[in-house]
Amino acid sequence: MSQLPDSQRIVITGVGLVAPNANNLTDFRQALLDGRNHIQEIEHRYIGKVPAGICNFEETKYRKRKENKRGTRAGCLAVYAANEAINDANIDLNNCDKSRIGVYTGLTEHGNVETENEVYNISQFDYNVDYWTHHHNPRTVLNSPAGEITLNLGITGPHYSIGAACAAGNTALIHGLQMLRLGEVDVALTGGVSESTSSFGIFAGFKAQQALAKHPDPNKASRPFDTQRNGIVVSEGACLYTLERLEDAKKRGAKIYCEITGYHTNSDATDFVLPNTTRQIECMQAALKKAGLNAEDIDIVNCHATGTPQGDVQEMRGIREVFKNCKNTYINATKGYIGHCMGAAGSLELAGNLGSFEDSCVHPTINLNNIDPECDCPNLVVNKPKEGVNVKTILNNSFGMVGINSVIIVTKFEQ
Amino acid sequence: MTRDDIKDVVLEIIEDINDEEDLSKIDGDKALRDQIELDSMDFLDIVMELRKRFQIQIPEEDYGNFETLNKSVNYLEPLLADK
Repeated sequence: MSQLPDSQRIVITGVGLVAPNANNLTDFRQALLDGRNHIQEIEHRYIGKVPAGICNFEETKYRKRKENKRGTRAGCLAVYAANEAINDANIDLNNCDKSRIGVYTGLTEHGNVETENEVYNISQFDYNVDYWTHHHNPRTVLNSPAGEITLNLGITGPHYSIGAACAAGNTALIHGLQMLRLGEVDVALTGGVSESTSSFGIFAGFKAQQALAKHPDPNKASRPFDTQRNGIVVSEGACLYTLERLEDAKKRGAKIYCEITGYHTNSDATDFVLPNTTRQIECMQAALKKAGLNAEDIDIVNCHATGTPQGDVQEMRGIREVFKNCKNTYINATKGYIGHCMGAAGSLELAGNLGSFEDSCVHPTINLNNIDPECDCPNLVVNKPKEGVNVKTILNNSFGMVGINSVIIVTKFEQ
Repeated sequence: MTRDDIKDVVLEIIEDINDEEDLSKIDGDKALRDQIELDSMDFLDIVMELRKRFQIQIPEEDYGNFETLNKSVNYLEPLLADK
């Protein structure tokens, strides 16, 4: 039971998402329980065929084709998720103070797609920069996806991006929570967005690092903890949450998914790409401390687990350490279903587990045929859901390059 | 190019920019912006597309010539005469 006043307790009252295998929370949850993933092979400029997670959704549901062409893919995904999150929270934008809504989008990167496209475009004109588009700068400013949301919804509160590599989804949630606690905004529309599949350079970069997954069957390419895992499947996606202070949510009788009870973010300060188990442990422990919880209070740990040989080992080493005496804590990972949605990964993977508060199931880790002994741990849920678990608390890990870690803890809402 | 060809090209470019408008009812003598949703960035798109298709440079001071469809055709006619 939280000791904080309702003005400092932050709850999730709406969820909007676009993932490679689903376009709303209900379908996403069902896909995860059914073991349905969706990774496809795409053909990219220069790099050729690669497995990727591509979102298939009604792109003109909330924005005209013209605006989608003018804006970015990230904006297109973000606008869809933002509208769904606001609608899900049952907030009537025509009857609220839109200057008190903050929009914070977590991004791994932004601008690669647009710049690559323009360089390719002018290459068709002998690199004459007269052919460089006037849309380049508004598309590549880092506030772009958040700004595209405010343009679409007429929100006049603050908007900007939280750049935090692949920890960004969680980090943006943390920022939204902090802004609400500070009283800077009354509603935070926050989470993660990624358009990275449109950039050949992202794939090429992972390939150069020997961290790009390959498999004859794209749906089997992303395989966290499996002995045959060989890297990351790059995916696009978006998942935005409507966050509010509990007192406001109660006042308007909002549906409350859960409360964000713990969080932490820290830095490895050790390597550009290699993760650091010690810092990950510290991050999880600090989040537990903020939540006033012990490790054994956590029912589900959702791993970052990208499917790289070393990253999965490092993370599991940390989880085994933090949760070593926790007989009732279940462990899962989501990237086998949707690949690595980069900036959207943390928030999407958290969303995928929220259903467990209601259905008492832990979604499994899929594509896990032969567990790497170094990635094994008790209560790792593999290939079929664990049913009948009274889930009250979920811990979600999200880590990123240049040494950034983020952890979110959510708790089933109780008065 | 004939005047009709040029008109078709301009309409085709506008349709590429905004394919959710009915362009068949455009009055050639009325401002394009008053008839369909087009802003300054869209006009830059028109200029860029003409540059790409016909390698013509349209200086900024001439952008006003694209106010109406007929003015656009008048302006482009000499530039596209041998295209």
